[in-house]
Amino acid sequence: MELKRTPFYSLIKEMGGKFVPFAGWEMPIKFSSDVEEHKWVRSDAGVFDVSHMGEITIKGKDALKQVNYLITNDASTLKDGEILYTPMMNHRGGTVDDLLVYRVSEESFFLVVNASNIDKDYEWMLNNNKYETDIVNVSDSFAQLAVQGPNAESIVQNLFVENLSEIKFFNFKYLKFDNETILISRTGYTGEDGFEIYIPLHIAESFWRELFNKGELLGLKPIGLAARDTLRLEKKMALYGHELSDTISPLEASLSWCVKMGKLEFVGKEYLLKQKDTLKRKLVGVELIDKGVPRHQNEITLEDGTPIGFVTSGTMSPSLQKPIALVIIDSQYAKIGTEIWLKSNQKLKKAKVIKTPFL
Amino acid sequence: MSQVVDGFGYTKEHEWVKVESGFAFVGITDYAQGELGEVVYAEFLKVEGDSIEKGDDFASLESTKSTSQVFSPVSGEVVAYNSKIEDDYEIINSDPFGDGWIVKIKLSEPSQIGQLMGATEYKAFLDTL
Repeated sequence: MELKRTPFYSLIKEMGGKFVPFAGWEMPIKFSSDVEEHKWVRSDAGVFDVSHMGEITIKGKDALKQVNYLITNDASTLKDGEILYTPMMNHRGGTVDDLLVYRVSEESFFLVVNASNIDKDYEWMLNNNKYETDIVNVSDSFAQLAVQGPNAESIVQNLFVENLSEIKFFNFKYLKFDNETILISRTGYTGEDGFEIYIPLHIAESFWRELFNKGELLGLKPIGLAARDTLRLEKKMALYGHELSDTISPLEASLSWCVKMGKLEFVGKEYLLKQKDTLKRKLVGVELIDKGVPRHQNEITLEDGTPIGFVTSGTMSPSLQKPIALVIIDSQYAKIGTEIWLKSNQKLKKAKVIKTPFL
Repeated sequence: MSQVVDGFGYTKEHEWVKVESGFAFVGITDYAQGELGEVVYAEFLKVEGDSIEKGDDFASLESTKSTSQVFSPVSGEVVAYNSKIEDDYEIINSDPFGDGWIVKIKLSEPSQIGQLMGATEYKAFLDTL
């Protein structure tokens, strides 16, 4: 299958982006150094091309009910212009995807889903359209940029007349750029301050140029997806296919803060009611004490090699300069300070459960 | 463009071999280090004195993003690992063909060297990627 390219492909190529196939797209994995890019986002500001992400709208008089039926978090707490993060479950206790829900109005929601799950999510929503709402996959209409880092606001502010400090965390606004409407939200996947910006395709390139025109002097740099992954991991943000999957429930992924059991109904509720008091495994953070780097799917064991779980994501943390991992293990070993072992390169390496987020 | 050095032998897995009086020094190429990203940890999978067969993995190189196994292009005996690497893993990125060498092997089948690609052939191979 031919890989898709975002509207920023040529601009990013000119800037030295190194591309890899990702979820059907040709995406920049890094520019020169993923470690330096990571640190730059923590100290200054960077921009990520995340145009591969999907967008789905749900509209109709029962849009709120429909959204709330699909997700585990509670969208009824949202006012217009507010956003929440939530898993969306299947009927078997697994997770279809994790997404952001933007409330435009009670009758109109904008959902942002993972690139690799767009088709699956869309089909799932259509098949579970209990309230007969109007569900449309609008992924091909938007480019998306994430500007992240302590200097993000001062950089993005230069492109808009409106005062961006008025957009609070997990809020969004429609603003004008070049007489076109752009959706801008104070959200991100790095744990830093910043914005995610949804741009109509035909002005995407001019938006990028203007962003760098104004932002370069303030230290804006393009950042690859490798750094995005390590940035989110240090902050314990879930990555679908790792911490969450069709066979991992939101409770097992330690996302109980976005599961609202008090809601009247939602897909997965019955399963979670049974699971919540006898949660057999859960997600915790681990630091490797011996040398090495934990990797996705490495086994977690006891000292004698008995398996008790697996690594969902692992890396050498660029900020902390130590090997860290998120792991799903038997609940009895999940207490902070518990010593566990990581199987890597046919060896058992000592690790321990530590507090998260790591940073 | 990735750098390629004359006088070395190369594999399709992007290892290089330099032969000096019966010993082979093995490392990864400039192309390979670029693909891998900054090396943040290297684990040596054999110990000095171990025998090694062509195709055996002898090191595991870790970047923040991924793990890469390094395979021996030759058979022989592991004489030494490069201790400089353990002081500064990034030397594999900054000087892949020089101070970033990984292992020194005493060749048991010197004829294997002839099966490696030369610099010109390896350059042509890189162009196909």
